[in-house]
Amino acid sequence: MSEDQQTADPIEEKPFKPSSPSSKLNFDGFWEYDDAPQGTDHVEVKEQYNLFIGGEFVAPAKGRYFDSINPATEEVLCSFAEATQQDIDKAVEAARNAFENEWSELEAKERGKYIFRLARLIQERGREFAILESLDGGKPIRESRDVDIPLAAAHFFYYAGWADKLEYAFPGKKAEPLGVAGQIIPWNFPLLMLAWKIAPALATGNTVVLKPAETTSLTALKFAELCRDAGLPDGVVNIVTGAGQTGSTIVNHKGIDKIAFTGSTKVGKIIKESLAGTDKKYTLELGGKGPNIIFEDAPIDQAVEGIINAIFFNQGHVCCAGSRLFVQEGIADEVVQKLRDRMETLIVGDPLDKNTDIGAINSEQQYNKINEYLELGVNEGADMYQSSCQIPEEGYFCRPTLFTKVAQSHRIVQEEIFGPVLTLQTFRTAKEGIEKANNTPYGLAGGVWTDKGSKIFKVGSKIRNGVVWSNTYNQFDPTSPFGGFKESGEGREGGLHGLYPYVKLV
Amino acid sequence: MSDRIEVLKTYKTYVGGNFPRTESGRYYKVYDKDENVLANACQCSRKDLRDAVVAARDAQDGWNDRTAYNRGQILYRIAEMLETRKAQFIDELETIGYSNDEAKEEVNTSIDRLIYYAGWSDKYQQVFGSINPVASSHFNFSLPEPMGIVNIWAPEERPLLGLVSVMAPVIVGGNSCIILASEKYPLSAVSFAEVLNSSDVPGGVVNILTGYREELLEHMTTHMDVNAFFYTDPDISQEARKQIDENATLNLKRVIRKPVEDWLAEDSQSPYFITDFQEIKTTWHPVGL
Repeated sequence: MSEDQQTADPIEEKPFKPSSPSSKLNFDGFWEYDDAPQGTDHVEVKEQYNLFIGGEFVAPAKGRYFDSINPATEEVLCSFAEATQQDIDKAVEAARNAFENEWSELEAKERGKYIFRLARLIQERGREFAILESLDGGKPIRESRDVDIPLAAAHFFYYAGWADKLEYAFPGKKAEPLGVAGQIIPWNFPLLMLAWKIAPALATGNTVVLKPAETTSLTALKFAELCRDAGLPDGVVNIVTGAGQTGSTIVNHKGIDKIAFTGSTKVGKIIKESLAGTDKKYTLELGGKGPNIIFEDAPIDQAVEGIINAIFFNQGHVCCAGSRLFVQEGIADEVVQKLRDRMETLIVGDPLDKNTDIGAINSEQQYNKINEYLELGVNEGADMYQSSCQIPEEGYFCRPTLFTKVAQSHRIVQEEIFGPVLTLQTFRTAKEGIEKANNTPYGLAGGVWTDKGSKIFKVGSKIRNGVVWSNTYNQFDPTSPFGGFKESGEGREGGLHGLYPYVKLV
Repeated sequence: MSDRIEVLKTYKTYVGGNFPRTESGRYYKVYDKDENVLANACQCSRKDLRDAVVAARDAQDGWNDRTAYNRGQILYRIAEMLETRKAQFIDELETIGYSNDEAKEEVNTSIDRLIYYAGWSDKYQQVFGSINPVASSHFNFSLPEPMGIVNIWAPEERPLLGLVSVMAPVIVGGNSCIILASEKYPLSAVSFAEVLNSSDVPGGVVNILTGYREELLEHMTTHMDVNAFFYTDPDISQEARKQIDENATLNLKRVIRKPVEDWLAEDSQSPYFITDFQEIKTTWHPVGL
C-alpha cells in the first residue's frame, strides 16, 4: 500500500488550489460570490413547541422542555417538549384508538386521498419547510430546497397511490396492517426520514407515533400542523419529541406493534436486543461506510464530481455516504489532484446562503466526534488534506477533508464518521477492489465508476451492499427500495419493497 | 444355519461435501420406536459448526454464481436421487414409528417439495424484483440477492420432510447453509446427505450436523460469519426465542422464524420462504446519450 502511493508524493509540492494543468476550474481568486441569503421573514418559528398527540398540541406530562440550537450560529432556535412514559402512553393510546375506530374502517382509496393531501401540502409550503430544515439542521438551503423537501413530498405522493393497490404488491397473499408503528428518525434528513416512515405506514393502514431527533424536531412539528390542515383523523399521526430516553420508551412500549428505526448501528443493535423474544416487527436502517470504486476506464471528471457528491453531500451526514474511495492505481495521481482542485472550490458556510455547498455540522456533539476522528486519522499515520476555504467563526463548521495513505485496518477506514471526511485507497485488480470494498461490517450503499457496462454489472453484483450507484451517487427516489446488507440494517424503505415491513401477509 | 450378521451403518456428519465424524469424538444414542439403540449419532461441537461455516462460506459465492437454471436443475436432481432411494427412507422412518403409509407420504411430499422449489429457481427474481420508475434520468432496478450463510434448525418432527422443507428455499436462492438435524431423529438427515452428495450439489452448499440443540444454539446464533438463523419450532420456549434474538444482535443476523404446524400442508411451501433469505439490491445507472 505505502509503496503504491509513493508515486503520489509530488502532489505535495503543488499549491492547494485549482492550478493543475488539466484543471478547467481555475478560479484563481478572481471569482468572488456575492452573498445570496435566503429570506426567512415569512417563516414562523415559535419559542416553544408541544407534543402532537391525538390531533392536539399538548404540553408534556412532566413539563420538561429542551432547547434546539441553530448549528450555524450556536443560538437557541426554540424549545421542544420532552416526552416521557405518560406522554408516550397517551400517544400510543391515541394511535391505537385511531387505528381501530377510524383508520382501519376507512376505505383504502379514501386513506390514499389523505396521504395525497399531505403530499400536496408539503409541496405548497415547500420553501417554508426548506428554510426550517436549514435553520434547524445546518444543511445548505440548496439541498433542503432541491432534495429534501421535494423528495419528502414525492414519498407521500408515491405511497398514497399504493393504499388501494396492496393486493398487487404481495403475490398470492393478502396484506393486513400491523397496528401502531413506533418510528424513530435521525437528524440528517428530518422531514425526508419522516416521509420515508410515515407514508408507507399510513398507506398500509397503520397509525404512527413518531419521534424526530432531538436536534432537528422542527419540521416534524410543522408537519403535525399539516396533518391538521389535511383533516387527517385525530391520532393517526402522533409526533413526540425527546432524546434517547424517549426513543427507548417507544421501543419498549407494549402497545406498539412495529418499530421503524433509522440511525446508528450501535443504537440499532440495542433496539434489536430490546425487541428480542417479542412479536414486534422491526426495520432498521443503520450506518454505513460506503465504498466508491473508480476504475481506470471511468469518465474521470464525472467520477470526481461523483466522489464530491458522494462524501460532501449534506456535510457527509449521510448513512450511505461514499466515505471510502478506492481508485485504480493507474489513475490515482490524477484523481487525487482533480479531487483536491474540486475540493478547493467548495464553499463552506451559512446554510441559508444559496451559494453554500457545505453547511454546518449538525450539533456540537457531532462536531466534536468528527474532530476526534480527524485527530485519530493523523495519529494513525494517514496524510490529511483539508481545503483552504474560509469558514465562519461562529457555528460548527468542518472543512472538506481527504485522508490518503490509509490502510484497511485504520479506524477512519472501518468506522462511520458521519462528516465530510473521505479516505482514499488504491487497488490494482477488480477483485482486489471488491475485496477491499466488502471489508467492513457495513453494507448499505456504494458506487462503481467505469465506462464498461459489463464491469458495472459484475462488480455491482459482487459488492455486498443494498444499493449500488453506478456512474452516479446519492440518488434517491420514492419508487426505489433502499436499505442495507449485513450490519447496515434489516428491511427496505421505498418502492413496493418498502410496504412489506408494515404488513402481515395472510 | 446361523443368521447373517448385518453390517451396521456409522452415521457421520456432512461438511464441505465430505462425511467427517465429529471432531469432538462424542456421540449420542439414537433409539427406534421400541427404545432399542439404532445407532450412534455424532454429538457435534462448536468446532464442527465453525468448520461447517468455513465450508459454507467457501461454497456460497460459487453456488450463487451458478445460473438460476442450473440451480433449479440441481434441486430437481436431488428429487430424482431421493425418488430412487425411497425404500431406504421409508424403511428408516418406519423404524422410528411411522406406519408404512405415513412414511410413504412423508417421502413423497419431500420429493414433491424439492421439485416445487426447483421450479421457483428461475422465477422468484421476476416476481419479487422490480424496475423502479424513478423521476430522474436513471435506469433503476431492484433484485433479490442471497443473504449468504444461513444456520438452520431443522424441525424436530418430520425428520426428512422438515429438513427438505427448510433447506430447499434457502439454497435455491443462492445461499449456503448449515443444518442441525432433528435431535431425536437425526438418521434420515445423514442419509439425506448421501442423496445430496450424489446430486451435483457442490460441497459446502449444504452442511448437516447432528447433536444437541441446546448445546449448539449459542454458537449457531452468535457466529459472526453467519448471516441468518432460521427455525420453525411452533412451540419453542419464550426464553429460547429471546436468547436467539439477543444473540443475533451481535452482527445483526437476520432471524427468521416460521412456526409451521403441519409440514404436509400446502401452505408450508411458498416463495416467501425463498425471499425471507434474500436481500433486495437496488442498482442505479444514468440514462442518456
